[in-house]
Amino acid sequence: MDNTATRYLIRNASLADGTRTDLLLFGGRIQELGTALSHAGATVIDADGLIALPGLVDLHTHLREPGYEQSETILTGSQAAAVGGFTSVFAMANTSPVQDTAGVVEQVLALGERAGYVTVQPIGAVTLGLAGERLAELGAMATSRARVRVFSDDGFCVSDPLLMRRALEYVKAFDGVIAQHSQDPRLTEKAQMNEGALSSELGLAGWPAVAEESIIARDVLLAEHVGSRLHVCHVSTAGAVDVIRWAKARGINVTAEATPHHLLLTEDLVRGYDARYKVNPPLRRREDVDALRAGLADGTIDIVATDHAPHPVESKDCEWDAAANGMVGLESALSVVQASVVDTGLLDWRDVSRVLSAAPARIGRLASQGRALEVGAPANVTLYDPAASREFGRDKLAGKSTNSPYLAMTLPGRVVAVFHRGTATVLDGVLRAPAELGGREEPHHG
Amino acid sequence: MLATSGWIDAGIINAGDGTHEHPTQALLDAFTIRRRLHKAASRGKGLDGVTVTIVGDVLHSRVARSNLWLLTTLGAEVTMVAPPTLFPMDMTGWPAAVSFDLDDAIDSGPDVIMMLRIQQERMNAAFFPNSREYSRRWGLDDERFARLAPTSIVMHPGPMNRGLEISSAAADSAASTVLEQVANGVSIRMAALYLLMSGDREES
Repeated sequence: MDNTATRYLIRNASLADGTRTDLLLFGGRIQELGTALSHAGATVIDADGLIALPGLVDLHTHLREPGYEQSETILTGSQAAAVGGFTSVFAMANTSPVQDTAGVVEQVLALGERAGYVTVQPIGAVTLGLAGERLAELGAMATSRARVRVFSDDGFCVSDPLLMRRALEYVKAFDGVIAQHSQDPRLTEKAQMNEGALSSELGLAGWPAVAEESIIARDVLLAEHVGSRLHVCHVSTAGAVDVIRWAKARGINVTAEATPHHLLLTEDLVRGYDARYKVNPPLRRREDVDALRAGLADGTIDIVATDHAPHPVESKDCEWDAAANGMVGLESALSVVQASVVDTGLLDWRDVSRVLSAAPARIGRLASQGRALEVGAPANVTLYDPAASREFGRDKLAGKSTNSPYLAMTLPGRVVAVFHRGTATVLDGVLRAPAELGGREEPHHG
Repeated sequence: MLATSGWIDAGIINAGDGTHEHPTQALLDAFTIRRRLHKAASRGKGLDGVTVTIVGDVLHSRVARSNLWLLTTLGAEVTMVAPPTLFPMDMTGWPAAVSFDLDDAIDSGPDVIMMLRIQQERMNAAFFPNSREYSRRWGLDDERFARLAPTSIVMHPGPMNRGLEISSAAADSAASTVLEQVANGVSIRMAALYLLMSGDREES
């Protein structure tokens, strides 16, 4: 059955601005808005008490396929995204082979289409093999069927200033953006956690804030010099927020993201040596968390992006130094944003739809996503119950990996239903089976 | 983490974890200091008012960290001396005085001076210019050793780099406790194993 043929009538939802409305979804678009719409032939969804948000867009997801299918596949990552309320994810380039050619980004695009849960938009590598030595074929990826606009060596910093300058200049030809993983490699050799009083006591090698801030300062000046567009991935320090605020005031074309975990968690969690809390950049101090929240509230930080980084148990169930960096975050993102910045009064739901949908789609130049819920817009809709409260357990995870830092925590909110181009991917809080989406469901390694 | 994981019900002794802690080394060092100071009357005594200067690679030293917590718990006053590059970035929470000047520390007349080993790999990582400069500024050479009070104790957890952080004259002097530390280490670790496996005397 082709689900876009199903007519969905969402009754009595609240839009982000508080307006109550019905939404009629048909043919992949929002066909009607208003009160008391006719339900003839429609599947009715009672959305009383639920907020209707534009489908969420994650600018920073690691889907691990091709190459690391023991951690995640494009299908399972898409499912994790759908359960979290997302209708689109940008797939980071650090796969194996690396997404540094038109062939690989087209493969990722095709696997995303086949999975059918979300729009999978590939990110291209900046440098060949993420090696930081020579530019990858950025133009070929841009003109491929995957229409790549975001380029990133995420996991590694493009630390060579000349190469970074060239990359920033080059992508102007197709309105691209360089998404930088800001980490001076020399200042962070063998780094294990935030450098400060706690790392001094624990004797773990420190990851100093200046290693992030100095790269951001250099990059905003480079972006200004060549008149290009820079995106700063996973900002984690108070000083970095200050540098970006200064750059924006100066008129530099820079955007920035914060992750849910950096908005909620602090470095104190490292004390127990539970490697689920090991992430790069590392969890920082309470002052940094507060500065990130303030930066998100005043617009210095444009978006929230998950940095969803699945790892198998054997990469986390080990001593701290040997453990992999990263946390899964798609399934928990909206709840963590609610806990950290909505329930604390810093953001309202209009802000949430901006930082988790409209702005990431705009930065990534993905026109079909992040649109306001208006008649004629693609039917990408997330229904969310902000009054819910739930213990976040493994049963809330839909991806392959369980390295979530939130297990056993109580988090607010619940994603109730998600529509991707008019197709329901989640109903009653439950992920729909691949066969129910009407697409081809078989997992496939091309 | 292992001790609280619930995976095993065996007793666990930390025998030194990375650059974090080395509790039995601290126990044997405290035991050695007390024996030297109080001789046969040492049983049950603390280290109240004893001044201890720890010199060297504090940044990478689990010995320094464990000694800091144990010696101060027993009442000692700890000073740490190192090049700024070999201190952790933020020691504000540490109950220790911090100095970059070994000569000042020597002239303040510490009861105990504990020299830490400089590992070979630090020399190639820009922590200090070279081993000669380190030795000149932060080594316990013959001249500095001669300025210590005759009652001062010289300690080193071993193995020593003779001529780098400590001169042979200091290491082999009557003030040195290096060999006692080795011998006491056996007793302390036997005691730790015994107490862990049998429970302490008061409870049994």
